[in-house]
Amino acid sequence: MAAVGKSVARKDGIGKATGGAKYADDLTFPGMLFGRTIRSTIPRGRVRSVKLDFDTAGFTIVDHRDVPAKNAVDLMSQDQPFLVETEVRHMAEPILLLAHEDKEKLSAARVEIEYDEEAPLFDPEQSTQVFKAIDIVKGDVAAALAKADVIVEGTYRTGHQEHIYIEPNGVIAVPEDGGIAIYGSVQCPFYVIKALRCMLGSAHPNVRVIQTETGGGFGGKEEYPSIIAGHAVLLALKSGRPVKIIYDRVEDMVATTKRHPAIVRHRTGLTRDGKLVAMDVDVLLDGGAYVTLSPTVLSRGCIHAAGPYSCDDTRIQGRAVFTNTPPNGAFRGFGAPQTEFAVEVHMDRIAEQLGIDPVELRRINALRPGDRTATGQTLRDDCSAHMVLEEAVKRTDFTRKRREYRGTNRTIGLSLFYHGAGFTGAGERNLKSKARLELTLTGVRIATGSTEIGQGTRTMHAQIVTDALAIPYESVEVAQPDTSRVADSGPTVASRTCMVVGKILEECALEMKEKLGGLTPAEYYARSGGLTVERMYEPPDWIQWDDNTYLGDAYATYGWGCDVVELEVDPDTYEVRPLRITAVQEFGRPIHPALARGQIEGGTAQGMGYALLERVVMRDGAMANSTLTNYTIPTTLDMPEVDVVMLENPYPGGPFGAKGLGELPMDGPAPAVVNALRHMGLDVREIPATPELIAACGTIA
Amino acid sequence: MRYDRVKFTLNGAVRDVAAPPAARLIDVLREECGLTGTKEGCGEGECGACTVLVDGEPVCSCIVPVAQVAGAEVTTIEGLNGEHPLQKLFMDEVGAQCGICTPGMIMAALSLGPAPSLDDVRTALAGNLCRCTGYSAIYRAVMKWRGMPIPETAGAT
Ligand code: FES
Ligand code: FES
Repeated sequence: MAAVGKSVARKDGIGKATGGAKYADDLTFPGMLFGRTIRSTIPRGRVRSVKLDFDTAGFTIVDHRDVPAKNAVDLMSQDQPFLVETEVRHMAEPILLLAHEDKEKLSAARVEIEYDEEAPLFDPEQSTQVFKAIDIVKGDVAAALAKADVIVEGTYRTGHQEHIYIEPNGVIAVPEDGGIAIYGSVQCPFYVIKALRCMLGSAHPNVRVIQTETGGGFGGKEEYPSIIAGHAVLLALKSGRPVKIIYDRVEDMVATTKRHPAIVRHRTGLTRDGKLVAMDVDVLLDGGAYVTLSPTVLSRGCIHAAGPYSCDDTRIQGRAVFTNTPPNGAFRGFGAPQTEFAVEVHMDRIAEQLGIDPVELRRINALRPGDRTATGQTLRDDCSAHMVLEEAVKRTDFTRKRREYRGTNRTIGLSLFYHGAGFTGAGERNLKSKARLELTLTGVRIATGSTEIGQGTRTMHAQIVTDALAIPYESVEVAQPDTSRVADSGPTVASRTCMVVGKILEECALEMKEKLGGLTPAEYYARSGGLTVERMYEPPDWIQWDDNTYLGDAYATYGWGCDVVELEVDPDTYEVRPLRITAVQEFGRPIHPALARGQIEGGTAQGMGYALLERVVMRDGAMANSTLTNYTIPTTLDMPEVDVVMLENPYPGGPFGAKGLGELPMDGPAPAVVNALRHMGLDVREIPATPELIAACGTIA
Repeated sequence: MRYDRVKFTLNGAVRDVAAPPAARLIDVLREECGLTGTKEGCGEGECGACTVLVDGEPVCSCIVPVAQVAGAEVTTIEGLNGEHPLQKLFMDEVGAQCGICTPGMIMAALSLGPAPSLDDVRTALAGNLCRCTGYSAIYRAVMKWRGMPIPETAGAT
């Protein structure tokens, strides 16, 4: 019986609901020590002296001199040290590591660090140190602007956002026979391996990473866990004992990555009747103190910056720059929520200036199959911008409500958005990710590095294999990611785990089916013993991409969405109460409808927090509101009903027609909220739209 | 450090632990008693991941000193023995994604009366944060458990 397309029983088992599932902090090992990180308390300067102000008996103490090979986190660039040598670039930068078997003694240890302070740089607009610059040119934007009937300009700002996975970061390094094992709450076990190889060099070849049950990631456990793993490994090597490092909430908020703040400028030319003729976009991202993943965040942000619209003459320029703040990094959406917020709010401002209905403006300009995107990609039949727009407008009775709510304290707004699935451009080709299927006595085992972080990896992969192999769903097992035992299927990011890794698994299953030659796994096993099939991802052959010009097929396919938000604003306090959200999204085909719905509901909630609540207050280069008391995410009382509509428009290159889904829902809520506020006469151009900010943007009309 | 003996009932059995009186209940449960189903998300009473029942009332075990439960009856997620219908419903309805909030959510939901409205569920769970689900699937699990109709837009699948 087919499994794909049904909400079959999840492969997680019951452990998450019984307390039996083991997260990093639930594990202990004999002789285990606890690790603690001593961090900088200035945003910029040099370490002059480090004084240990405690009885060091029983402590393991590590500084940069204990790094065996290279004191650099091997990510896109090798600029970030595991431990400060002398130069401090941001608050809460790791300087020294302590370990002890007694948590009380560990937390009581006092370390005095003296610095020579230097003047920090916090304002990205003042920064001249550019991590990455991008310039995407299609046509001649200057000439097109010169000929336009109308020009609309605007500047839009988005703030930091903190991931708030409910399980804070945690890693345990365990010395084992001939090597070291790392257990941790990680999204990308092979990223950790890469970073550790660089840090350890050839003296310690045997490292493996085992992903423990992971309490949420959202991008926040993509790159940062490599640093924590490095720290735990250094302490474990020096002490010869297992070392556990679990961040508490405050440390996790102060020290780890966040969503990049952005300033996006638009200059747009149109004909009088609303056809886009020129889009000139400038994107500035605050990268923080080290490069981390900023170049690719900028890239995805820029590629999505013109929105899901057709315009012949566009230019998108972007920069990600240095500041003396903790490095920003991966977060669900990866640059697109910032730039799609800007373009969608800008579209409603254009509609207002031209006196055109915002739905009509989108109807005129939204991409259709055959149109070319800002990178010059010709879209195929799986482009669904108009389909999601029309469905959302109809389902919510948008036009009538829009008219009727005018002049009341109730309002409604929408956003149209899209999200490219998989790595950008030639990324998937270069990545060469692999997946493996192993025959077992009773069925097959999936062995990949793709992590289950709540989104349903195990289940959805098992469904794909079930149907491709035509065996019972129950006979498919999924191995826990352990880098010594599974194929490197690439990182669990970029909405690629279903569409890309799922596709490799489908092909593995088809190959295995052929090899089984009609025998059941048990029969084959009895006759010929084990069988393993491993395959590498082959992106569609039509993908053309130029990494220098940023022109070509940026993504093999896109998901499409239209969100409609209805809300009420208190006329005195400017408090916003969301009443109802309609999320219409097209992502190929849902493999597991209940899990897919969960991605949309959860991503939409995160988007609502981004829009209204989640304000990171930076003071002297550090997050000042680093507790859940004063950094608030949506609770049951903040989230209204979400009406989810899943439309289908299969992508032929995905498993069973599936596209990527994880990030798409994050792009829509913020602009829909702000466009609803605009309909009340509140000229908001920034998020989070807190009551104070809204109050400064006008009075309710 | 001074250690006191604290006696309480844990999941139906009497426990007698030695702990500093200010020790947090969550640490005693996880470290002394080996019950790691109770999770720590913030340590300051804001996220509810550490919710357990003390004499039937949901409390955040990260802000309760163990001395305070002397003589009381403490129930953790392990006390449900995997047999409570909510546990399966949380998995089937995808009320648990990453699952880290789930034990706390389930313990908090147990305080609901027999025929809750959606607003009752919202209020009962207002102290429990979930970053994955947006809560709708949690409502579906809880309403199903209580045999209540599921509001259209809470999305029956
Ligand atoms: S850990 Fe107790 S409320 Fe968050
Ligand atoms: S399921 Fe992940 S926090 Fe609730």
